[in-house]
Amino acid sequence: MATRTADPHTTGGKFTWRERLFTTLQKRGAIAVLILVVAVSALAFDNFLTAQNLQNIVLQGAFLGLIVVGMTFVIISGGIDLSVGSLLALGGVLAALTVPVFWPLALILPPLFCGLIGFGNGLLIAKAKMAPFIVTLAGLLGIRGLALAFAGERPIGIDGGSPFAWFGQGQIFGVAVPIIVVLVAFAVGGLVLARTSYGRVIFAIGGNEESARLMGLPVDRTKIIAYTTSGALAGLAGALLAARLSAGDPNGGLAWELDAISAVVVGGTLLTGGAGSISGSLAGVLLLSILQNLINQVGTLGSYAQQLVSGFFLIVVVVAQAYLTRRQRV
Amino acid sequence: MEQQAPVLEVRRVTKRFPGVLALDDISFELRPGEVHALVGENGAGKSTLIKVITGVYRPDEGQILFQGEEVSFSEPRESQEAGISTIYQEVNLIPLLSVAQNVFLGREPRGRLGLIDRDRMNREADEILKRYGIRADVTAPLRSLGLGVQQMVAIARAISVDARAVIMDEPTSSLEAREVETLFGVIRQLRQEGVGVIYVSHRLDELYEICDRVTVLRDGRVAHTGELAELSRLQLIAHMLGRELADVQKEGATGFGEEHETAEEPVLQAQGLTQHPRLREVSLTVHPGEVVGLAGLLGAGRSETAKAIFGAEPVDSGSLKVGGEEVKMGSPAAAIKAGIAFLPEDRKSEGIIPDLSVKENIVAAALPRLARAGLVSEKAQDELVEEFMQSLGIKASSPDQPVRELSGGNQQKVLLARWLCMNPKVLILDEPTRGIDVGAKAEIQKLVDDLAVKGLGVILISSELDEMTEGSDRVVALRDGAVVGLLSEDEITEGNLMELLAHGEDSGNGAKENGRDADG
Amino acid sequence: MARGAAADKSFDVSTATSWVRGRGVYVAFVVLVIFNLIVTPNFASVVTLSTLLITVSPIILVSLGVALAIGTEGIDLSVGSVMALASAFLPLYLGYGWPVAVLVVLLVGALAGLVNGSLVAFVGVQPIIATLALLVGGRGLAQIFAGGQSLPITDPTVLWLGQGRLFGIPAPVILAAAAVLVVGFLVNRTTFGRYVVAVGGNRSASFLSGHPVRRTLLAVYVISALLAALAGIVATARLGASDPSNIGLLIELSAITAVVVGGTPLSGGRVKIMGTVMGALLIQLITNTFIANDLPFTWAQVLTAAIILVAVYLQKGRGTA
Repeated sequence: MATRTADPHTTGGKFTWRERLFTTLQKRGAIAVLILVVAVSALAFDNFLTAQNLQNIVLQGAFLGLIVVGMTFVIISGGIDLSVGSLLALGGVLAALTVPVFWPLALILPPLFCGLIGFGNGLLIAKAKMAPFIVTLAGLLGIRGLALAFAGERPIGIDGGSPFAWFGQGQIFGVAVPIIVVLVAFAVGGLVLARTSYGRVIFAIGGNEESARLMGLPVDRTKIIAYTTSGALAGLAGALLAARLSAGDPNGGLAWELDAISAVVVGGTLLTGGAGSISGSLAGVLLLSILQNLINQVGTLGSYAQQLVSGFFLIVVVVAQAYLTRRQRV
Repeated sequence: MEQQAPVLEVRRVTKRFPGVLALDDISFELRPGEVHALVGENGAGKSTLIKVITGVYRPDEGQILFQGEEVSFSEPRESQEAGISTIYQEVNLIPLLSVAQNVFLGREPRGRLGLIDRDRMNREADEILKRYGIRADVTAPLRSLGLGVQQMVAIARAISVDARAVIMDEPTSSLEAREVETLFGVIRQLRQEGVGVIYVSHRLDELYEICDRVTVLRDGRVAHTGELAELSRLQLIAHMLGRELADVQKEGATGFGEEHETAEEPVLQAQGLTQHPRLREVSLTVHPGEVVGLAGLLGAGRSETAKAIFGAEPVDSGSLKVGGEEVKMGSPAAAIKAGIAFLPEDRKSEGIIPDLSVKENIVAAALPRLARAGLVSEKAQDELVEEFMQSLGIKASSPDQPVRELSGGNQQKVLLARWLCMNPKVLILDEPTRGIDVGAKAEIQKLVDDLAVKGLGVILISSELDEMTEGSDRVVALRDGAVVGLLSEDEITEGNLMELLAHGEDSGNGAKENGRDADG
Repeated sequence: MARGAAADKSFDVSTATSWVRGRGVYVAFVVLVIFNLIVTPNFASVVTLSTLLITVSPIILVSLGVALAIGTEGIDLSVGSVMALASAFLPLYLGYGWPVAVLVVLLVGALAGLVNGSLVAFVGVQPIIATLALLVGGRGLAQIFAGGQSLPITDPTVLWLGQGRLFGIPAPVILAAAAVLVVGFLVNRTTFGRYVVAVGGNRSASFLSGHPVRRTLLAVYVISALLAALAGIVATARLGASDPSNIGLLIELSAITAVVVGGTPLSGGRVKIMGTVMGALLIQLITNTFIANDLPFTWAQVLTAAIILVAVYLQKGRGTA
């Protein structure tokens, strides 16, 4: 039987210049486009490069950014997490509900509870071997239902005087708190992914799960941790967003899973897993956020223009990736 | 070699799968500093034995001792941590990660803050590779390297963990001759370091060059174990194929009859089929009413030849004619249209469509002919299905029963029906009787015989010697992807065949083979 | 190894679970109907029934296409966005008469399907990813064509498609029923239907049997997009105005749920048309039941999620021989 299994590496070809170009485009494309967009925008709009506007851009992307960190882990491991938008809503609702009880709890409970749901997703995926797509799709539906039920289908206000609001609205040395949180998340996420064994195993699973198992790597545990992290970060993002808006909105984060996936993929992470980077995802988030900012500046375009551009980016990236993965697998 | 306490010992291990006894009371010993060949044909139990040793499977009965202590691994990680490294035939590494990352995956050297020390990792990986004479840029992504080098990296990873036992499952199947030499250098070094090596391969030359002892498995049992040097090639093959040299002449155990009358004009001519690195200039012809056996040991290129003819695998070069007409290579649809039918070896993954009914499976290939304007004619379909279910004796509760619920033999008959209802000119059978019960086996053999009598050209691939010798009118022997010899009519004896498989020379000349082929 | 291992799986267990898998959705539906007959006031009325059927019609239309895609071991996430595109294009060409407008909309749908299908069949992109791009971008494109606004529909023929009746049967229901018949016929009676399940059941075997694997995949995504475009027309007509930002929003989730709950395995190889219809009816009835009884409707979503997980978990027991 051994010889019957097709050998996926028969070409064993050289690293051609075309492949090199694609790889570079894939890895650095988002950053290059980001720089280009920033440069063009700076020339086209006078108030683009002001500190205030830049802060706005980053702040706009901060909450999505937290989700994107977790999503990057999940996608590199070869999975997908569709439940993050709903988890963000649930996190916001939980935060709004707990602030009156004891406000520090509003920072702890949402990531904890959402992390627990993520853990459940991970269990079903890693242990029951169910498809990540369908498990988290059920999560998307069910968790949104939970958030709506907990909130009584209405946004729940948060007292602006509560110290909790500072985590959404406050500043440290002139930098908004959510920005600092998301930057820390990106830094830690980047280190974990690039410089720890755990991060390497994530790549290995996404690259070839069967090989990873035969190499004796802890596949199931690693996957469960990835989904747990994704859930916890979505919950935290929900809490911070609630602090920012002074309300927990059970309808918040609608379709954010798509934005998060787009940011990750545009940032050069293979949707099939095994390759990608946190820095690329950061560039992806900023790119989406700048697009939104530009659309606001132009004023005549609706939010749909951003969807269109993300969709276009996705197609380009996905076709390039298909080319790449085909080269590997033929 | 002097007797030492074994580093690894398998004691009376039995492993069952539903309906299959994969390992039957196997005992096996690996001594330190020896290279132990593990050989056997497909289904002999090699893979299962390796998986039992490495903890992928748990044995149903028996014990495994490692360095004198009983062990019970529940997953590959545990056996690796204990000191048993395995190199799989397919490169089991992560193509997108760098060489160094692959070597150290899961046990990276740490620096400050517990983070991976990349410089040290690259340096150490480089040292490991150099120590075994492997040249590669450790920072390059693995997939940018040639397959041989990738395999060497897998080996470097396996031995850099201070393993006491290394299992190599057909490590050379993707290596060039030069790389094989490097690998043997590594193995000799391991031997000197007192590591025990289990070496699985079907390449006899390699076995005799590098191995000290040999264990032959057949049908889940140990057929022979002992010093390799004391065994001739012929004896080794006899053990693998389950024959005593004395009685290779016996006859009549199969359902096959006598030789067939063959027409002058060949119905199929394949010339110079080359698919690097698996096939080299393979040529063969089939006449109407003739059964041509394609013989060879595991990995010799039998299935690859069949698939190349059928267009299921692309070829680098070569041509194909059916009934004198050129057939487009690389397209099963074109091959089917030309009148070629192909029963693949792997019934489950390439043959049956498990959830579809017996009926739907039978008419799968004939659909375009049974349909008018895209509508399937139920009547034509039912008639055809009934005819073939009856003539082949397919036992199913009804034509609508899902084919996955049938026994192996009946599934195989369903697949035969799928092709016979196409009225093919050439039928390629890859291991048609593997894994099916004795009764169904004889029926299928008889059927093949009848078909040939009716003028069908048949290419028969079988690992079973008697099937090969009694079923074929002519035998083309392959080794390492090239034709090494031909036997016809009275020459076809088990003895001659084994002789050819053991010693046949690769002529390496397509034109010449072709000429000989035509003469045969 | 493992010679002929799959042949003798324990039969009683697998037949029992396969019975539940095959008919679970019918049982659940009947149970829910009985529950409603007892609990819900005025459940057994023509109004209730016709509301249920009208609401579920667009879902059934897109579910049929998604069922085909899942049957080939793929998926189509773009159906909601294709509906939005249809909604955006419908009023634009009504000036040339309703046949032109409907034709243009169907062409747009076919084009969307060609994009999806080409990515899957020829470029070799995973279906989930290939159709994700159109899910994200398609709605934006629709809004651009619509100029970001909702246009009223006045053409009576088009309006009839959403609001009219024939012999007392609502037009959307007639369209959905017709689509069920056509797709059912395609799946059960034509070579194309065989190719779909063969490609999904065992792609290598299908290829080795000479089936046109790529053409089949392409056709499946085109059909799915066409059905979604039709659903977009119906939804727009029912609303009496185009609404590209909301029409078909998240309908891909309902469709996937309907297909999976209806017993079509996510791993392909089977397409259950009636099961899909029942699946769509079931999830719509769950929602309606919660609303009609003043139960917090959001728990309906939680229940649906639980049903998906159970359905998929049950599928895992199926023999992969």
